[in-house]
Amino acid sequence: MTLNRRAFLGTAAAATVLSAPMLRAQGRPKVVVVGGGAGGATVARYIAKDSQGAIDVTLVEPTRTYYTCFFSNLYIGGFRDFSSIGHTYGGLASEFGVNVVHDWAVGVDRDANTVTLASGGVLPYDRLVLSPGIDFKDGSVPGWSTAAQNKMPHSWKAGSQTQLLKAQIEAMPEGGTFAMVAPPNPYRCPPGPYERISMVAFYLRENNPTAKILVADPKAKFSKQPLFEEAWNSSYTGMVDWIGPDFGGENVEVRPDSMELIIDGEVEQVDVCNVVPGQKAGRIAEMAGLTAENGFCDIVPATMQSRVDENIHVLGDATNGGDMPKSGFSANSHAKVAAMAIRGALTDSRVFPAKFSNTCWSLVDTENGIKVGATYEATEEKIAKVDGFVSQTGENSALRKATYEESLGWYAGITADMFG
Amino acid sequence: MRLASLLAAALSMAAPAFAQTPIGDADAGKTVFAQCSACHEIGQGAKSRIGPHLNELFGRKAAGIDGFRYSKSLERAGADGLVWTLDKLDAYLENPRVLVSGTRMSFRGLRKKKDRDDVLAYLRAFSESPANIPEAEPTARKVEVELPPEVLAIKGDVAYGEYLSSECKTCHQLDGSDAGIPSITLWPEEDFVLAMHAYKQKIRIHPVMQMMAGRLSDEEIAALAAYFGSLE
Repeated sequence: MTLNRRAFLGTAAAATVLSAPMLRAQGRPKVVVVGGGAGGATVARYIAKDSQGAIDVTLVEPTRTYYTCFFSNLYIGGFRDFSSIGHTYGGLASEFGVNVVHDWAVGVDRDANTVTLASGGVLPYDRLVLSPGIDFKDGSVPGWSTAAQNKMPHSWKAGSQTQLLKAQIEAMPEGGTFAMVAPPNPYRCPPGPYERISMVAFYLRENNPTAKILVADPKAKFSKQPLFEEAWNSSYTGMVDWIGPDFGGENVEVRPDSMELIIDGEVEQVDVCNVVPGQKAGRIAEMAGLTAENGFCDIVPATMQSRVDENIHVLGDATNGGDMPKSGFSANSHAKVAAMAIRGALTDSRVFPAKFSNTCWSLVDTENGIKVGATYEATEEKIAKVDGFVSQTGENSALRKATYEESLGWYAGITADMFG
Repeated sequence: MRLASLLAAALSMAAPAFAQTPIGDADAGKTVFAQCSACHEIGQGAKSRIGPHLNELFGRKAAGIDGFRYSKSLERAGADGLVWTLDKLDAYLENPRVLVSGTRMSFRGLRKKKDRDDVLAYLRAFSESPANIPEAEPTARKVEVELPPEVLAIKGDVAYGEYLSSECKTCHQLDGSDAGIPSITLWPEEDFVLAMHAYKQKIRIHPVMQMMAGRLSDEEIAALAAYFGSLE
């Protein structure tokens, strides 16, 4: 990325001269955002706030209360109330003038530039932002489908699934077995499955100490692995049995009706089975025809525009995000770049170089937090890593406590940044 | 024992308003104060920086320095009659947000009673009559990082700073609330610039901040400082 600022501004000015008069003739330019999570809520808030009414922003999100996936593991461990991870959209509407529509987007007409809603409504747009999160790949775990999600929850979209999993863990018999089928790459929140294992282990150590945890994993290695393994060995000694691909962890099948997990031909009878399947972009991205072969959407890094349609921006977990992991922090970071680019294209506001960053905190035991993070820049080809860091094994308890407290500050910060 | 009470008597005669209650060891308190000195100055020539200066603190009304941009919470507390007495300062230092929930003072607090006693003894010495403490060295900030004057002179582009600040706001809250990540709003621009360069040069140790500052140019740091300094 060697464009200097003047070259950037020149490009932006040229684009504005062409597009602004045409759009103004039709009234305020319209932005429709589909999905009200870390990407969608942030982009709606930033466009509405920074354009000060010059852009009409509509946010389409089916749920009235949005539960964040980040920190849902802390609820499972007993460190957060469920209500503390729930957020509503009242502030976006009242403080920033975002039109919040609680409905499902069921279609995108890319020739007419409209979004169709389940209720039958049709929303025209000058720019569309899709931030639909993830859906699950059919057949990723033999024997499992979303029809089985009440017996074997995924709990990889927060809400009732999260509550169900916690209830199942609490109902485990003494000395019972919690199993997880971990997802293949790429998936939402790389450290998430292992933070979840740590939080389940914490709950069981306190409440059901003879219980066991079994993880079948198709991946040979995973995010922050030495840090998680250190915690499992020291805090939950003998409780966690992680089975990687060398021992058949990629060869699994589930039988939800009989609560069986078959790992490499061996049948395990389990009490709870958390199946986190392989993932793809949220369905609306696929219906809009924006997904690449791997199920996610290719984007132009400098603006987060779809490689398929320049009037559509795609954010967050639904993208092929280059070196960036799929996380709420990443989606929030994508949203700020997209908001800046969209305002630049639809009004005469200035355009700046894209800057991205991400940090993922995980809690492994009481006041024992770890983190990994990096900064990124937009190259022609992809979002490319600039610099990064990760917590170290053997850190002292004061540092781990400070890291945990920092994660609480981050949660307060990012949710304020999303919802106002 | 007798010597101690004689000393206390002598002190109370020298400064009757404040020194009646012995509190702690002011010399030890000077060491504790090192934690405060990143934001607060005290002694001759002390000025308000990220935090207000602390001369004549005892007996001062909360939010009592004209021209310093306090948090709304602290201003409200001052309007409601909060005055910095020994007891109130002790409570504030133990856990700032218990006394003033929305304070922008990003400090976890001193949990040890002895640390609080010592630092309060140190602070009280500067409340008695600062003009009469010629020996007191101005405890201006320790110089963390030397920057060439032309870097400090860069005038920040506020609009660019606002865009760059969106990255800060994922963690740092704009209203200055601190729930585990410190407030960075309304700092003097120079302090902001110095802090960011200290992270960039890895003199300050936080890994996230070293990474974030590490890729910012001098102009970008100035832009951020200008934006955060321009709020409200």
